[in-house]
Amino acid sequence: MTPTISTPDMPKAKQPKKSTRSKKTRTTATAETMAAGQRDISVSEFFAKNRHLLGFDNPRKAMLTAIKEAVDNALDAAEEGGILPSIHVHVMQLSETRFRLTIRDNGPGIVRAQIENIFGKLLYGSKFHRLKMSRGQQGIGISAAGMYGLMTTGKPVVIISKTKKNKPAHEVVLKMDTSKNRPTVISDDEHPEDDQLFEDGHGTQVSIELEGKYQKGRQSIDEYLEQTAIANPHAKITYVTPSNETIEFPRAIEELPDEPKEIKPHPKGIELGTLIQMLERTEARQLGGFLQKDFCRVGATKAREICKGAGMTGQTWIKTVGHDEAEKLYDSIQKTRIIAPNTDCLVPIGSKALLAGLLKEVKAEFFAASTRPPSVYRGNPFQIEVAIGYGGGLGRDDSAKVLRFANRVPLLYSQSSCSSFKAVAETSWKNYGLTQPRNSIPSGPLVVLVHMVSVWVPFTSESKEAIADYDEIRKEMKLALQDCGRKLGTYLRRRKRMARESERRSVFERYIGEISRCCNALTGTDTDKLYKALMKQAKRRTDEADNQLDDEGNLIDDNGRLGHDEDVVIIDDVQSLQDGDDTLFGKSKPKKKTKRKTKKKTTRKRK
Amino acid sequence: MAKKKTTKKKTKKKIVVNKSKKTKTRVVDKKRDAETIKKIEKLAGNVVKSSLAQKEPNFSIPTRSVSNMKYNKKKRILEMGDATQTRSLFNLGQSRKFMQSLLLSKGCKELIQAEKTLSLRGMYYMGLHTIPGTKEKTFNDQGESDTILEDLEVALDGLREELHVFAKKRGTMVGNITVVDNGDEINCRKMGTGGYAIPSICEPNIMQFKECTADFILHVEKDTVWSRFNEDRFWETHNCILTEGSGQPPRGVRRMLHRMHKELKLPVYCLLDCDPWGHYIYSVIKQGSINLAFESERMAIPDAKFMGIRSKDYERLDLSDDVKIELNDRDINRAKQIAAYPWFEGKREWQREIKTMLNNGFKMEVESLITKDISYVTEEYVPTRLQEGDFLD
Repeated sequence: MTPTISTPDMPKAKQPKKSTRSKKTRTTATAETMAAGQRDISVSEFFAKNRHLLGFDNPRKAMLTAIKEAVDNALDAAEEGGILPSIHVHVMQLSETRFRLTIRDNGPGIVRAQIENIFGKLLYGSKFHRLKMSRGQQGIGISAAGMYGLMTTGKPVVIISKTKKNKPAHEVVLKMDTSKNRPTVISDDEHPEDDQLFEDGHGTQVSIELEGKYQKGRQSIDEYLEQTAIANPHAKITYVTPSNETIEFPRAIEELPDEPKEIKPHPKGIELGTLIQMLERTEARQLGGFLQKDFCRVGATKAREICKGAGMTGQTWIKTVGHDEAEKLYDSIQKTRIIAPNTDCLVPIGSKALLAGLLKEVKAEFFAASTRPPSVYRGNPFQIEVAIGYGGGLGRDDSAKVLRFANRVPLLYSQSSCSSFKAVAETSWKNYGLTQPRNSIPSGPLVVLVHMVSVWVPFTSESKEAIADYDEIRKEMKLALQDCGRKLGTYLRRRKRMARESERRSVFERYIGEISRCCNALTGTDTDKLYKALMKQAKRRTDEADNQLDDEGNLIDDNGRLGHDEDVVIIDDVQSLQDGDDTLFGKSKPKKKTKRKTKKKTTRKRK
Repeated sequence: MAKKKTTKKKTKKKIVVNKSKKTKTRVVDKKRDAETIKKIEKLAGNVVKSSLAQKEPNFSIPTRSVSNMKYNKKKRILEMGDATQTRSLFNLGQSRKFMQSLLLSKGCKELIQAEKTLSLRGMYYMGLHTIPGTKEKTFNDQGESDTILEDLEVALDGLREELHVFAKKRGTMVGNITVVDNGDEINCRKMGTGGYAIPSICEPNIMQFKECTADFILHVEKDTVWSRFNEDRFWETHNCILTEGSGQPPRGVRRMLHRMHKELKLPVYCLLDCDPWGHYIYSVIKQGSINLAFESERMAIPDAKFMGIRSKDYERLDLSDDVKIELNDRDINRAKQIAAYPWFEGKREWQREIKTMLNNGFKMEVESLITKDISYVTEEYVPTRLQEGDFLD
């Protein structure tokens, strides 16, 4: 199911490396001389050399990836502990190219014994072996970040964790031994003086020093955090920038998302290799028991059917199942009809929360969201959510902005190879009143947010930058996009109609004065009286134009579809949105002081 | 400008003085004026009534288009059908016209009350101002106010003359007739080379025929041809009245022709170009125009005859190739259109005439006869046609 490194045993796996260092004079290597150069490589070593695979290709991206991994972990930890996350991110510039990143959460903390494993060992974690919706998946991220820091600066990772109010905070300084994929603890002290770091009495703080480069704009830390705030409206994020400004991303929803359930793999979702591994590792002794226990959606009847299809029975001993039998079993699974996995394991952000998140970070005038029912790709349940923001202070001339998320994590790189980007480009937005160049995303003041939740998000690489392009996934995305598009189309048409009506009224009003005066001259009727009567009628005849003028709340009740739609928010007071044209999604590219304004904006808008 | 204005006023005053002497015409005038004012007030009154009742203010105007034209076979004239269109304030496409109509009605009422007349252009300026609080003008050009005035004529069932509005005059006349124009006696035998300019209002109260010895009327299309005839003293030698309408004859010329035809019993012969436009001019003189169908009764001359130029003249008179003017697509379309008009449809000779022209593939102007001889048209062509009685009906 995973691409290159699929089992925890991998680090120990023998991978002979041929070191044929050819000198100028060619020496013939014998099996013995070659054997001298053949040795183990640890995964940590592998990644140390191939760090681009994990998203550490350049200093700027490395810093973002480090923060991303830490924040993802922090959010996961807090949510799993049933705590509304409050995350503190501090990026401190030490020298031109050196930064210290400090990320603190209010999660349940980590017990002392696990600290070094979690932070010092690659491919160690709680998330890999289970099928459960979470931000992290592989257990590489944070330790890789620490490793990158160690490699570029030689400085260890400092972890402070506090698990309970009455227990003192613990500080662990860690270095990792890349050749052995094993953490080395440099110091390990109790730090009661750090207790005030954790207001809630528990939490974890990681500090990593690394070579990096700080730059605002696209694919920046700022953008990442802003988008994270959109996808996690229940989290409060405080960000201290290298220039020592503090930006608050306030909490928009005081409610934790439901805890996602863990599920067993679906028979159709596994590959032959995985099946063989599962057979090796299962606790069941007979085939029937194995199928029923280790998979979801397989009952006694289904198990019997699968076994029969493979020429075996439910009583066949697992021990006797060799490679050939496993292959037959695999074929039989593919032929058998099995109901799709249950989808209660998915916890989407939800239209309401998505709108709340978008509302506080994007200065648009129209918002719509759509959540698709769960679906399945390759036996993995997934669900697509889409939200859009239109108009207001968004840039009018550029093409639309696509915000991509997977399990609430913003994806900033490799946009064009991402399934969600393709889905946006494939949707024909012209039907909804937007302009769209051929084979491209629409242009205009539009922000499109696409979120995929799944127990296993199919990324195109370990650095988790883009969602792989499965037909099932893209289809769901398009359906959700179309749903939002239709709402936008309705809104745009109505807005046009309102403009037309108020245009009509102004025409009538212009002539009514003339007409009253003429009638006065012709019949002697009182000009004023006639004027008022006609104006009253003009108003009545163009009352549709008033929809906009009369309302004050966010929601317009137009007695129509949009007014009753809970997934749509329309901001009337567009003027206030436009006076500060400067957020990340605003007209101008973000500049130095813009962030502070954003903060003010967002706090003010929150009601 | 200021100077001009004052001179205008002076001349008008003079006219008034002159008029006031003729008490006979004034009496008729006043009665008509009072009626017209009543009509205008009724129109405005309806608007006020429905406005105050919170109903949509509107008035209806008989439709002036081909679709609402009827050819009265018995009378042999074009008549307007019963179809009307409603013009309402609360219709975006009609709002402005609605306002303009009221503005011009107001202008007409003032004009009638002041006992003055104005040209179409004068009316345009009378209604013209910028709407308070905007940059919009009540009229963008004279064309706008002209059509509104025509609408108003039909809506009020009153003639332009009754509204005290006249068009720019066009058309000339000379011949064995003496007319009285607003009290001035005019002997059309003594008009020099310029001729008598036919006024745009030729109603009996302004224009009377004093004495006429002519036998018929020859109407030619253009000023140039008319000059040829005048110089050759054609009207003298053939004892007729010679008129010209500068292309499509204006109302004044048509009304004049109609009155001379009806009151003096003079037959009317038309000498026009051999092209679709010449044919249509003939049709307008004979049956009335589509635009002013409501006035056909007062303007059409169903007995008018078409003398030429005929399409067969090229061969009959052995004209040179140089006179040919090729028919373009527009001409061809127009010719087909005309051939399909109900009042041409049943006339075999006309169908043949148009067909011959289309087959020829070229048109001819009256002036083309000059290639034969400078005075060929006056000395040969027309006299021969008159003698032979060779006309198209």
